[in-house]
Amino acid sequence: MSITDTLETAPAALEIHDVHKWYGAHRVLDGVDLTIRPGEVTVILGPSGSGKSTLLRVINHLEKPEIGYVSVNDELIGVKRQGERLKELSERAILAQRGRIGFVFQNFNLFPHLTVLDNVAAAPVATGKLTKPEAQALAKELLERVGLGERVGAYPRQLSGGQQQRVAIARALALRPGVILFDEPTSALDPELVGEVLSVIKDLATSGTTLVIVTHEIGFAREIADRVVFIDEGRIVEQGPPSEVLDKPRHERTRDFLSKVL
Amino acid sequence: MSEPPGATLAPEAPSAADEPSKPLAAQRVLPLRRPGRWMATAAVLVLVAQFAHGLVTNPFYQWDRWGYWFLRPSILDGLVITLEVTAYSAVLGLIGGILLALARLSKSPVLRAVSWTYVWALRSIPLIVVLLFLYNFSALYRTLSVGVPFGPAFFSFDESKLATDMVIAVVGLSLNEAAYAAEVVRGGILSVDQGQHEAAAALGLPKGYQFRRIVFPQALRSIIPNYVNQLIGLVKSTSLVFYVSLLDLFGTAQSMGSTYPGDIVPLLLVVTVWYLILTSVVSVIQFYVERYYARGATRSLPPTPWQRLRAGLTDLRARVRREAAV
Repeated sequence: MSITDTLETAPAALEIHDVHKWYGAHRVLDGVDLTIRPGEVTVILGPSGSGKSTLLRVINHLEKPEIGYVSVNDELIGVKRQGERLKELSERAILAQRGRIGFVFQNFNLFPHLTVLDNVAAAPVATGKLTKPEAQALAKELLERVGLGERVGAYPRQLSGGQQQRVAIARALALRPGVILFDEPTSALDPELVGEVLSVIKDLATSGTTLVIVTHEIGFAREIADRVVFIDEGRIVEQGPPSEVLDKPRHERTRDFLSKVL
Repeated sequence: MSEPPGATLAPEAPSAADEPSKPLAAQRVLPLRRPGRWMATAAVLVLVAQFAHGLVTNPFYQWDRWGYWFLRPSILDGLVITLEVTAYSAVLGLIGGILLALARLSKSPVLRAVSWTYVWALRSIPLIVVLLFLYNFSALYRTLSVGVPFGPAFFSFDESKLATDMVIAVVGLSLNEAAYAAEVVRGGILSVDQGQHEAAAALGLPKGYQFRRIVFPQALRSIIPNYVNQLIGLVKSTSLVFYVSLLDLFGTAQSMGSTYPGDIVPLLLVVTVWYLILTSVVSVIQFYVERYYARGATRSLPPTPWQRLRAGLTDLRARVRREAAV
């Protein structure tokens, strides 16, 4: 409760409003409401197939919700208001909005034909935010920050999974996004490489960036999350600080899930 | 059970009469002899030698006449025509193929259908028929004009002036080439991982940039070998332009052959050797282009033939030294 109290007055960094999503007849998201304050670190937990990755992809409009909307810093994502209706934005406008939302994939999805430096520097140049030398200087600085200052000239496949994921985080940071979304950032990694990625994310969490993280690392969630959201069957079952949701879950389904993963 | 498998391989086995001093673990394993492979190799070598001998000694090939014709200016003029037609058609065909592939992958059902129909039609019609159609095109449409569709025209061209033999040949080959290139390009684009599209979209990269800088360079890795295959086919298809009265390499040889009927075989050999050279040049270029686009796809680039030769020699020397030491 305390976090919600102190942040009550600040405007929402991210607002998800009654989002519904179907794949054919299958209902993936069933009325999700969530408000996230600036600088808040939110961890989304849930069994596989519960809709947590879809929710993350709805936030930056990689998936379109059928009903409901998402707004980031009070700006509607993927749609605009026209009278009492919501109208789809042009592709160009949606792409511009995505620049304000970082996304880190489970499988890194680095561009294999570009060097590590170019992977990070590409987006600010392509979107016209920085000149090439500025972007490269920024990319070096960010790679330094994730501990890869030495590997700027390498190609992604020459790096370990943990190093690739750290490059992917630097790539997301290069656009200076207001919110960063992580879709199971450590699930594709060998166990001994998980730590290096989590420590980079932890640095971001303490630096005041708004983060939304889908993960199965319960210990990590307990350590960094301001709020834990438990999702099952496309609905938020319960949410609150880790000390409540992880240690004293109120719902049977949460308890059931935690007993399996802990 | 009988004795454990280790027993038969026991290091103390009293076998090594020839090298009694060495323990079994330190000895090299004797390679298996393969007599069948040796016999097949010998038989093939005999056949190859026979063929080479015949090629050199059979007077029917008239190698002296081959030497006379090989660098004749008329033949070289034909070669230049072949190169020109190939180059224009390769570039135009590839551009057409990229556009057709993009249309086929677009979300508009009309674009998809038109692209599919084009590829279907042009792959079905023999190239020679396309060329002859174009050759008689001026009879079908006497003038071509640019203007409002179904409305007034701004410019018009006299078709017979526009359509030189070269233009007919290039247009015909490009139309045909585009249909095949479309499938090659489409296959290449489909081979790029979906995650790459998603990452490019998630970074908000502009649509054109996504295609030019992210998707297409990766697609090229699978496009290049297939397109070069196509290109080598094209080099040879250019010999059909003879039928629209353009004298390419083959056409020149053909017409020289009717003037000097005794030289038909050496002329065909001249053409053969030139096509072999062209194909070889294309293959060498392919190797280096492929190597360029392999950056990042493999952990280290494949060695060039030159590097491989040097590495092979180093290996051989090391091996000889090792054998000498034993």
